Amino acid sequence: MQGFEPLVRRKDGQPVRFLVVDDSIFARKNLQRMVGMFGGQVVGEAADGRAGITEYSRLQPDVVLMDVTMPDMEGIEAAERIIAHDPQARIVMVSSVGYQENVSEALRKGALHFVQKPPKPELLYDVIKRVLGDDASTQQS
Amino acid sequence: MKIELIQPFINATDAVLAEMLQGPAQVTSVSMEEEVYRRRGVAASVAIHGDIEGRIIFDLEPETARRVAGALAGGDVDPTDQVARETVYELANMVVGNAVTLLNDQGFRFKVLPPESHTAEKGYATNCESEALVMCFETPSGKVHLNIALDYSRGHSVFAPRQSA
Repeated sequence: MQGFEPLVRRKDGQPVRFLVVDDSIFARKNLQRMVGMFGGQVVGEAADGRAGITEYSRLQPDVVLMDVTMPDMEGIEAAERIIAHDPQARIVMVSSVGYQENVSEALRKGALHFVQKPPKPELLYDVIKRVLGDDASTQQS
Repeated sequence: MKIELIQPFINATDAVLAEMLQGPAQVTSVSMEEEVYRRRGVAASVAIHGDIEGRIIFDLEPETARRVAGALAGGDVDPTDQVARETVYELANMVVGNAVTLLNDQGFRFKVLPPESHTAEKGYATNCESEALVMCFETPSGKVHLNIALDYSRGHSVFAPRQSA
């Protein structure tokens, strides 16, 4: 298993806080496992877009990992609504359906990146580092 | 059934299984089936509608489902457990999602429905117009069966798929 330098928030040195929104329990567990590998902390989970919006407002995570196809409200609409209320929200779409229209629409609605499932840990780590920019730093374990 | 429709699913299955199970996935058998599908273990079915119509069944033998779910979700998982079913759904979701991404890039447009549990011992009879391709992948965790019944929808031109926007 590849080792990752733990990512911490530059402002307080605490682990980066994540919200995982996916209707699949398995996908949420898998992403939670990867976030743990990166030194991050999953502070909340939601199984559809509508619950994701509620959890975002409540938890104010640093990064949202959002599926696209979900019941009740799909991920792209949820991302758009979150960003309408918080333009600084960092949302990474994580979906198995990665065709151009989906990717373009997600980015147009304000998502910062799109990762196709199954997510490769090293790719997801790089994407998260990139979307956090100067707000995060790596810390040798 | 046309091989150009099948190949993306083979490639996607190969890639997803190799990534998720951290080992090679090899095709060990391929056959055409016109009879009713017989479930082997924990199975999920995904329906596709649009320029291409049909369904894909993703079927893991019980011991394979137990090993895969245990490895991916952590701990000892009973094949009848919801976690095992969720694991198979998500694997099916990833395989079909990756395959339709490839087909979409070729200009095909369709809607993929969420995976559904396929619990009947038998079901999904095929017919002479849409016989199913049955493939078995050998993985480090055991056997994974893929049953694909797809065809162009009526009125769709095989030679002129719509171009991507």
